[in-house]
Amino acid sequence: MADAQDRSAFAALFEHFAPRINAFLQRQGSDPAQAEEVVQETMVNVWRKASLFDPARASASTWVFTIARNLRIDMIRKASRPEPDMMDPAFVPDADPPPEEIIVRNQTAGRLKDAVAKLPQAQQDVLRLAFFEEKAHPQVAEELDIPLGTVKSRIRLAFKSIRSEFGDPS
Amino acid sequence: MSIHHHPSEELLLDYAAGALGEAWSLAVATHLALCPACRRTVGRMEAVGGKLLDDIAPQPLTDSARDAVMARLDEPVGKPESIAPAAPAGGSVPHLPRPLRDYVGGDTDAVAWRRLGLGAYQALILTGDDNVTARLLRIPAGKPVPTHTHNGLELTLVLCGAFSDATGHYGRGDLQEADENLEHRPHATPEEDCICLAVTDAPLRFSSFAARMVQPFIGI
Repeated sequence: MADAQDRSAFAALFEHFAPRINAFLQRQGSDPAQAEEVVQETMVNVWRKASLFDPARASASTWVFTIARNLRIDMIRKASRPEPDMMDPAFVPDADPPPEEIIVRNQTAGRLKDAVAKLPQAQQDVLRLAFFEEKAHPQVAEELDIPLGTVKSRIRLAFKSIRSEFGDPS
Repeated sequence: MSIHHHPSEELLLDYAAGALGEAWSLAVATHLALCPACRRTVGRMEAVGGKLLDDIAPQPLTDSARDAVMARLDEPVGKPESIAPAAPAGGSVPHLPRPLRDYVGGDTDAVAWRRLGLGAYQALILTGDDNVTARLLRIPAGKPVPTHTHNGLELTLVLCGAFSDATGHYGRGDLQEADENLEHRPHATPEEDCICLAVTDAPLRFSSFAARMVQPFIGI
């Protein structure tokens, strides 16, 4: 039985995320009834999996995004999403990150926001379409009225800037 | 182990956004199991998804939707998700990482190989994608695959052994993304048989007449 404090924290999460997941799904083309079903299932999963959430690895909104994404594939597209399993003996773990990297990870969400906000508008548009429109890249090219090669190079450039913002080798 | 050939960022972005079909995703996810660097990239892409979720103009739900969720919080939770197919005894590392091992139903010793000719074998892998074919290929050590090009996109992920062609050397975890612009004659390296996961949305186009003749019979 959940205690009252957890419930009121969850109610606050619901107020924040449910209307946003709803908007996100409808933007991706789900009808309102389908979207509402996926929102409900997402929020129930957020509640049940709350103990698995690790703020050092991802921000809350990133974590909620991945849950909604997977449920949408499952419930609306009726498909499975293959994913790696970090408990699998064949899984190759990341080398132990040095302590400063852990501190850096805690700031990932804020830094990523800054990094994306700094991208040229054209690169931001390409990223937004990849998430919202679920279009093959030739169609993204058509929509933005640019050649396909340009879509690909904008995606590459966007992540090159994001990586350099995080000091990753590119 | 070090991986030199990675999926393109377009492919990783579609996987992160949830827009990539199941068979392509199987190749990408199995690469991710072996490649910490690409997992970091996908994590950043998912964070872009999180940011878009934060920034979107909210669209309120009905009150009944909220009540329905709150009412479900005390529901007993069902059994945990699927258990991994047993790893080989003795703590050795499986050749096939999850999720591929789940699709095959076991490691390489569980694969129902069918002869392709020239010493090569294949085993089809069923996914929910009707228009995209996923298969395991086993190319004998030191042997070539006849010169071919592609009518569409082909992803090849090496799981055992290695192959090389004019574009480079591909070992465990390396992923080659090939399209109609690449004509190649991949060669398994001599040390051991090369086992790959190959995902493609169109038949290969072999250059030689003999290979084209047998193609309808071997279904590749």
